[in-house]
Amino acid sequence: MADVAIPPNEAFANSYLKNHGKRKGILAWILSTDHKRIGILYMVSLFTFFTVGVILGVLMRLEMLVPGPAGKLFTAQEYNALFTLHGVIMIFLFVIPGIPATLGNFFLPIQIGAKDVAFPRLNLLSWYLYVTGSIIIIVSLFHNGLPDTGWTFYIPYSIRTGTDVTMAVFGVFILGFSSILTGLNFITTIHRLRAPGMGWFKMPLFVWALYATAWVQVIATPVLAITLLLIMVERIFSVGIFDPAKGGDPVLYQHLFWIYSHPAVYIMILPPMGVVSEIITTFSRRTVFGYKAIAISSLAIAFIGYLVWGHHMFVAGMSTTAQFVFSFLTFLVAVPSGIKVFNWVATMYKGSIDLKPPFLFVMAFIFLFCIGGLTGLLLGSVATDAQLHATYFVVGHFHYIIFGGGVFIFFGALHYWLPKMFGRMYSIKAANWALAIMFVGFNMLYFPMLVMGAEGMPRRYFAYLPKFETWQHISMVGSWVLVIGLIIMFANLLHGIFKGKVVGSNPWGGTTLEWTIASPPPPPENFEEIPVIVHEPYYHPEAIEVK
Amino acid sequence: MSEIVGSKSETLSHGHDVHKHRDVQGAKLGMWLFLFTELLLFAGLFLVYATYRYFHPVQFHNAGLETHTLFGTINTMVLLTSSLTMVLSIGAMQRGKKWLAVTFLAGTILLGLIFLGIKYFEWTSEIREGLYPGSPALLNMSDGEILFWGLYYTMTGLHAVHVIVGMIILTFMLVFILTGTINQNDYIKLETAGLYWHLIDIIWIFLFPLFYLIN
Repeated sequence: MADVAIPPNEAFANSYLKNHGKRKGILAWILSTDHKRIGILYMVSLFTFFTVGVILGVLMRLEMLVPGPAGKLFTAQEYNALFTLHGVIMIFLFVIPGIPATLGNFFLPIQIGAKDVAFPRLNLLSWYLYVTGSIIIIVSLFHNGLPDTGWTFYIPYSIRTGTDVTMAVFGVFILGFSSILTGLNFITTIHRLRAPGMGWFKMPLFVWALYATAWVQVIATPVLAITLLLIMVERIFSVGIFDPAKGGDPVLYQHLFWIYSHPAVYIMILPPMGVVSEIITTFSRRTVFGYKAIAISSLAIAFIGYLVWGHHMFVAGMSTTAQFVFSFLTFLVAVPSGIKVFNWVATMYKGSIDLKPPFLFVMAFIFLFCIGGLTGLLLGSVATDAQLHATYFVVGHFHYIIFGGGVFIFFGALHYWLPKMFGRMYSIKAANWALAIMFVGFNMLYFPMLVMGAEGMPRRYFAYLPKFETWQHISMVGSWVLVIGLIIMFANLLHGIFKGKVVGSNPWGGTTLEWTIASPPPPPENFEEIPVIVHEPYYHPEAIEVK
Repeated sequence: MSEIVGSKSETLSHGHDVHKHRDVQGAKLGMWLFLFTELLLFAGLFLVYATYRYFHPVQFHNAGLETHTLFGTINTMVLLTSSLTMVLSIGAMQRGKKWLAVTFLAGTILLGLIFLGIKYFEWTSEIREGLYPGSPALLNMSDGEILFWGLYYTMTGLHAVHVIVGMIILTFMLVFILTGTINQNDYIKLETAGLYWHLIDIIWIFLFPLFYLIN
């Protein structure tokens, strides 16, 4: 592909990173409606919270140094606070906004050839709501003693505990608002602002993934909002809607909660799947195999994923029919997921594979995601779930999917797109080392959890039986290795952003629109002229010659 | 809120000036999506209502006899009329009759206020009868009745909050008409605000039979 020659110096002088308006300093960022700057604002806030979440996670592992209950680093109540904070921060403040709010904001308009999202000011508002919600959550959690409900806020405990659950769920409510506005904005953007010639089936697959995700955000989040609102109503007015003493049903709360929170898992995983499609085709130097199948499977996952929430409550009291139906639907989600994986592999077939860090992250993803998916089957079938429910097995499974699947691809996406965002390249060697260390640390940390869970170690316990000591220690050391990998990775990326070697507009040979403009992209409208789309997104004219 | 409603030129903060971005279709699409989320918000409550009504049909029936159908009926008429004046206001704006639009819009806000006033009297009379969450009289009743009244206050209360928000939005629209931001050529803000007001109306159309009529 002919690199559109934009001299790097010129690109830097005229990039969105330079202030062009009348505002200076921080104001030029926090009042900017440029989708690229908002993406960066989100990125800074997200990774700040991610760091806090990681520290809490490492402390939780450190707690497992001795079986206890004597000689523990933290008391049981403090451990409750640790897992509650870790869960709330990682889920609501990091993974759910995740890729869409950061890289989605940055690249969605560019990939469809638009100047910005459909509602730029609304976009900025959503970031403010995110920050407000986050602050409320953090403050509330320490306002009235340490939080202790877990991130699920299960009733009846969440209406009885003395800690300030009301304010915490209000914070999450506001975050939900932010999420809805982002989703609504993206859907409208994709419907209205595609460049001339870009039909639905000429959109990059990352855009398809964001589109499916945005629908899940719009459809599922209001249900969480009303559920949290009911907790607040319950705590303030004690209406009794979920209170068994007044005829209410706590299991109904669980239903409402998971009607949102299971689709939320797809909010976490669909955007990474979109990124995987982008990375695999770029580094295989081949057009994607089964484009339509991948695009439509995103929508299928979003749709079926909305109907499987019941598998979180197999043991909470549910009729056999319901168990059967939810179990069946759960297995059904594997079909569109499988379609994606097979198409990815087929894309690599006879490709000219270039083992650069983003591609290696994808390889790590496929391995970890397979473990996550296969352990998911055990939790999705009723008989085995009765045994494994609420053990470390669930914790291990969940982290393999969300951390090993979603967050590893988030990192991979950073390695893929940071050169575009900042016009500079990180050290490839350091990136590879960081990935290798993280991969080892990750498996040391979470695989023992699967083993312990299968042997009956319950989740959320601050003490454990002596027989688990070896596994607990392996897991603890794994958390340290993982953190070392993370530190190397972030140091390398930051060094790349500020001091890295200057790269041209298309360092990887990508074919989507973002690679046709300067790195870093020009403000505020991305394109000097709105491009007219003639090819499908992954058009590699040189692919035949390569062989 | 006003952003969704707005289709005004988005002046990006970088000095470069700028495309006049005016996408009426896009603004409407955004608003419809937002209304969709509002519907789903209430859908959660309707789900709770359906579940508990299924478990306690007789008690819900009895509790339903206690609500003031007269107040409810009047309020339904008030809200339906307010939707009519809303449409008339938009129609007037389309024809460029600014003051007629202002009059109808003010009428809509006034009707919203009347709705809330009637609601106030309705709730006070019920609270005087001892029917409020956590009241001794209520706690002596059956589970189904406690749940009915809990849902009654939660659902109509949340609806009332929406009426208040709707009135605030309409007040902004009133100001925008007076300042000329909304005019005959660019009235998409008024139109989308109208959509929101109709949504509030529609939700009431579902609440009304559930609490006042199905006895």
